Amino acid sequence: MDNATLKIALDTMWVLITGFMVFFMNLGFAMVESGLCRAKNAVNILTKNFIVFAVSTLAYWVAGFGLMYGDGNPLVGLQGILFASGADNSPATADAYAGVYSALSWTGVPFWAKFFFQLVFCGTAATIVSGAVAERIKFLSFIAFSFVLAIFVYPLIGHWIWGGGWLASLGAFDFAGSSVVHSVGGWSALAGILLLGPRIGKYKADGKPKPIYGHNMGMATLGVLVLWFGWFGFNPGSTMAANPAAIAHIAMTTNLAAAMATLTATLTSWYIQKKPDLSMIMNGALAGLVAVTAPCAFISVPSSAIIGAVAGIIVVLAVIGFDKLQIDDPVGALSVHLVNGVFGTLAVGLFADKVIAGEIGTDSSALRNGFFVDGSLGQLGAQALTVVAVAAFVFLSALIIWAVIKATMGIRVTKEEELAGLDIGEHGMEAYSGFQIFTNI
Amino acid sequence: MKLIIAYIQPHKLNDVKQELYKSEIYKISVTNAMGCGQQKGYHESYRGVDEEVNLLKKVRLEIAVNEDFVQLTVDAIIRGARTGQIGDGKIFVTALEDCIRIRTGETGKAAIG
Repeated sequence: MDNATLKIALDTMWVLITGFMVFFMNLGFAMVESGLCRAKNAVNILTKNFIVFAVSTLAYWVAGFGLMYGDGNPLVGLQGILFASGADNSPATADAYAGVYSALSWTGVPFWAKFFFQLVFCGTAATIVSGAVAERIKFLSFIAFSFVLAIFVYPLIGHWIWGGGWLASLGAFDFAGSSVVHSVGGWSALAGILLLGPRIGKYKADGKPKPIYGHNMGMATLGVLVLWFGWFGFNPGSTMAANPAAIAHIAMTTNLAAAMATLTATLTSWYIQKKPDLSMIMNGALAGLVAVTAPCAFISVPSSAIIGAVAGIIVVLAVIGFDKLQIDDPVGALSVHLVNGVFGTLAVGLFADKVIAGEIGTDSSALRNGFFVDGSLGQLGAQALTVVAVAAFVFLSALIIWAVIKATMGIRVTKEEELAGLDIGEHGMEAYSGFQIFTNI
Repeated sequence: MKLIIAYIQPHKLNDVKQELYKSEIYKISVTNAMGCGQQKGYHESYRGVDEEVNLLKKVRLEIAVNEDFVQLTVDAIIRGARTGQIGDGKIFVTALEDCIRIRTGETGKAAIG
């Protein structure tokens, strides 16, 4: 085998294995979300998490990938939309590439490796919504929303930032998707929560929140550690090439941010609540991971520690803040994915360092130094514009989609069904049939 | 015949069982229960929201005995369950009209023994 063929083989192995790790994050989300909700809704949440990847796969294959990566105008891909069937001669790259998905022509792997890796990211964005709307949404309505998200909303934002669209042209950078994946999921979830309203019994008549305990913290812990593991595919895999310096550096920045966020979330929770709350600590780890997702390939290792430390503090404050606003998010999806997706996107503009990016091979001529590196505001401006554009488009389109669903098929289960649990109402079965959950002995 | 009902701390169940065995009292029913007395509950919080929990986890014992075992049983439960702290629990002794053993049809004293 000559060197060029060997490189293609190694890069393909790297892209597919990290893609499989991102797929594994579906298990993480399923465990976190069902563990942090009540036993009577566990089947429903598990089913949503299971089916959402299948829905995303279909939607992304039918048109999502083409709208996102097809050659087109700055707003949307126009060629090779249906069934990802446009012309393509991957793994040829750069000038040798002849096809309609030129936004991905920088990576020298076979076409379906590119497709698969992009698909698992689309699936992640869609699955973020499920936890936020849990314990009250109709199963079919959730499926309908997920399909539209994966075939239209996610691909459009993806085109703007990753597919050669207008934000990419303005020099916005989002390495592995703090905006493209996490903010898109977060804004969609917020729109859903606002149209759904809080769970019955979550807020007292005077507006004060009441705790609704998760039913299995062991399950939630399993899920968060699976997600942390999966993130080593999510971020280092986004090189889409087995570039040794880059993937080692990104594994380090990713892990350090998660570790620092875990520690600061523990301290923040301990200070505010008097005792360290496990669910907050775990939200902290995820917050650090989300925040470092956009900047992980452009920043120094100490910068990733700072980003993680800040993320761990703001996620705890955000959970308490959303509760004060009576925005009922059972698993903290907004605080993790939306708030820290925004923070991570901005963090590129604060910490990006062209020297580091140059050393590990992730630099590009459009990347500018961050504010804390040389005091310039150019990159921060592009990142802020990205935040505003993603917020406006995703939040508004998600509101419209949810509203159409609400008007046609309904969005929320009946009061009787919610009180008895969605497991019986939506699926006619229980998660723990035959077990007596409550025991003192 | 008396029915002795006791609410005790869950973690004292084993001690109480051992004391009952020492007094040769082997027939006992145990159920999970929630309750509150002078202890007035404890504080729990979840995701930044506080809750005063006033129902505590307890274990309920039911023991049906003939008259000559009443004091023995009460003493055994106290020996096993007592720590001197608030929350040790309570014992109720009530009259028992009848008792029937399903398998044999025996009634009264014979059925209890």
